[in-house]
Amino acid sequence: MTATFYVAAAVAVVSTLLVITRTRALHALLFLVVSLTAVAVVFYTLGAPFVAALEIIIYAGAIIVLFVFTVMLLNIDTASERGERARVRPAWGAGPTALALVLLVELAWAIGSGGPHVGARVVGPREVGVALYGPYAIGVELASTLLLVALIGARHLGQRARQTGLAPGEVELPVDLAPGSLAPEGQGELVAMTAGAHTDQGAGPPPDHEPSLAETGADERAERGES
Amino acid sequence: MAHVPMDYALYLAAALFLIGLVGVLVRRNLIFVLASIEIMLNAAGLAFVVAGSRWGQPDGQIMFLFVLAMAASEVAVGLALLLLYRRVFGSLDIDRASRMKG
Repeated sequence: MTATFYVAAAVAVVSTLLVITRTRALHALLFLVVSLTAVAVVFYTLGAPFVAALEIIIYAGAIIVLFVFTVMLLNIDTASERGERARVRPAWGAGPTALALVLLVELAWAIGSGGPHVGARVVGPREVGVALYGPYAIGVELASTLLLVALIGARHLGQRARQTGLAPGEVELPVDLAPGSLAPEGQGELVAMTAGAHTDQGAGPPPDHEPSLAETGADERAERGES
Repeated sequence: MAHVPMDYALYLAAALFLIGLVGVLVRRNLIFVLASIEIMLNAAGLAFVVAGSRWGQPDGQIMFLFVLAMAASEVAVGLALLLLYRRVFGSLDIDRASRMKG
């Protein structure tokens, strides 16, 4: 188990270094998954199996999936990737890396050496749960409030993204009237993602059987333009 | 379980935190900046768990849970801001927002 700690620590450091040096966002996120899983192994060897499981479920699962979905929504093209590759140069990282190394040496000096050992005792989920809902109950409430506020904030920002995505003269159609044209280029992607399943169900009949409302509206406009 | 000196585990936390810090300082892409912030938060949580494991108490793990909740809410708001940033500036380069209006 002691060797497991060192191997997992080495994997964590190497994969985290790879995260901040990749130019492709998806590759970096996959290395981040490796890093978080290695840290989960470290938690397990330190006698904390509960947070090891949570690290995999929430960090490597939920948060990274959120990242990956966002990267896919952004639709990053090869041109921006090439620009990123030109921007990530060793010369740019030299200064911050040197400063961070100085900080690392200072931290290592402050931490000291030859201290007590960790991981001698396993603290299981039962103990964590008893303490979490005992003396730390107010913290649980505050965390839930924080998550609620983050939810509302993300929703609000998603709405702002939709509004600013519209061109100045563009009129927003209701969702029911424009099943196909809900998310053209430049409209809010978060809202389009959440409403995507909705519109797919709405667009049941194929367009050659009966034209949709949006198409008839376009035809009427064309006739008015001709007359 | 493992019998590791506490210093080594704290060295690991410090190294991960500083790698995340270098990522925030060096990278100009907003996705990488957010990922580096996640790395730093994770390293801080690791330090909490190490400290809790030192005395065999659950408090460190509970602090990690709070860090986890904070990281989740931070990433939700951060990614919504990222989409908004892409709408407004047409790119993820944070240098485009280096000048204030006004």
